[in-house]
Amino acid sequence: MKKLLIGNHAVSYGAMLSRAEVIAAYPITPQTQVVEELAELCASGKLKAQFIKVESEHSAMSACIGAAQAGARAFTATSSQGLALMHEVLHWAANARLPIVMANINRAMAPGWNIWADHIDSLAQRDTGWMQFYAETNQEVLDTIIIAYKVCERVLLPAMINLDAFFLSHTAQSVEIPEQDMVDEFLPPYNPEIKLDPDDPRAFGGLLPPKYYMEMRCKLHSAHRNALKIIEEEEKNFFKIFKRKYGLVDEFYTKDAQIIIVTSSTITSTAREFVMRERKKGRKLGLLKVRVFRPFPFEKIRGALKNCEKLVVIDRNISYGNAGIFATEIKSALYGFRNVPVFGFVAGLGGRDVQLEDIEGMVDFARKKNFSKDEIWWGLKK
Amino acid sequence: MIEIKIHGRGGQGSVVAGKILAEAFFLENWFVQAFPEFGTERRGAPVSAFVRIARKQIFIKSNVYKPDYVIVLDPSLIKTTQPQKGLKKGGWILINSPFSVEEYKFENCRVAVVDASKIATHFGLGSATSPIVNTAILGAFARVTGLFKLESLLKSIEDFAPVKKSENIEAAKQAFEEVLF
Repeated sequence: MKKLLIGNHAVSYGAMLSRAEVIAAYPITPQTQVVEELAELCASGKLKAQFIKVESEHSAMSACIGAAQAGARAFTATSSQGLALMHEVLHWAANARLPIVMANINRAMAPGWNIWADHIDSLAQRDTGWMQFYAETNQEVLDTIIIAYKVCERVLLPAMINLDAFFLSHTAQSVEIPEQDMVDEFLPPYNPEIKLDPDDPRAFGGLLPPKYYMEMRCKLHSAHRNALKIIEEEEKNFFKIFKRKYGLVDEFYTKDAQIIIVTSSTITSTAREFVMRERKKGRKLGLLKVRVFRPFPFEKIRGALKNCEKLVVIDRNISYGNAGIFATEIKSALYGFRNVPVFGFVAGLGGRDVQLEDIEGMVDFARKKNFSKDEIWWGLKK
Repeated sequence: MIEIKIHGRGGQGSVVAGKILAEAFFLENWFVQAFPEFGTERRGAPVSAFVRIARKQIFIKSNVYKPDYVIVLDPSLIKTTQPQKGLKKGGWILINSPFSVEEYKFENCRVAVVDASKIATHFGLGSATSPIVNTAILGAFARVTGLFKLESLLKSIEDFAPVKKSENIEAAKQAFEEVLF
């Protein structure tokens, strides 16, 4: 059934169709509607989940950890300051290898107080061991939550589904809502081998001395590397049932492109429109969307960038003292493989609009120059 | 692609108007994108909502700066935030106003007026001092633009009006008849 859905409700429907069993969440703008809808779905009986009201995001994630450890499918959603408050337990969820799925509405960090789109909140959690997906449309949001549970439960890692504040969270788009029996066919009930069970007592989270600690961390890392393959497998399985696919990355006119724009999330859509307009004029422009950021799809990115002459990377984030994070990671993927100029643009921070004209300006900038040592702050006021 | 911008004040139902309007187009098989102004809305403050429609998939994700249609829920905004600015040449501006079309002189655009406050008050929508005028003005919008059938709007109101569904439907119908342009 097709429905007009805002991104936040696409999140709620994704969790409902995945048959989340425990939901613990704390409201924060611009995520609030996710929680409101889930609370209503639970209250009306449409979603048979335990809805736990908590006093903070740290508690929300802690409750999810307990639930997942007991073998329940757990879900939460947050944003910005809320995600930051979870930081300690994000490590816990990954290190304990718990397949929790969380939606994060990408929002800037304060001060100055800002509720608008910015990727610094999730990128600051890059090294917590969570898989990270960045969605472009509301359909992708809903589908990715379902796919993520399947992947998470196979590789025993948690996943964060990121969507832009307002540009997706509050924007209504047409979304095909999958039938429950089809989702059930794709995603069977979660039944882990090892769980908290009074009838089968075990110890969890015990002391892990230097003798063993490193091996456990390497296993977590290997699980991430392995997840690249599992994500692709499960996307194929998803496609067989639902006829929709997304990929680790999405290549758009990259094959013969002289310049390739690299984006994530909603800036991708506007860039798509720009690439289509340029192609009509015969200009060889391409687009690479990085959908999965952790694990980082090195091979896919190298494959997509093997022929281009220049790169325009648009970052809705800044790693202070370094550069835009996607640009840095793309450069690391190219190291020892190809030496092409990477123009790293920092744009759209704190929800500043990135329009067609901005993308045009960035591509023009790259056309005219051979090299840029530093990142370029786009559209800064003088 | 057609772009519509709705201007109102917090509490008048601008955001819900965007939702109802989007659904009316959706029911007639348009590709739709609808979003509120990304701000910290509060009662009485100027707020806006946007709707983009097209016959093919919409990729652009930026805000609307040059709308084809402007809907104004509070006429006092004409002097303050000036929603008429940015309207495309030859575009329509539909104002909730007790005055005539001739009261509003803007360059390069067409004007329509409807006394949506009076209609909303008549049907008990909101209060006499702060009526909720969104459904009435959308009835007028259906008539002025002819972009969708009144029936689609009424179905959308039925689905999305949180309370007083029949009163909202009657308000839309009356505004459809009374709008001046």
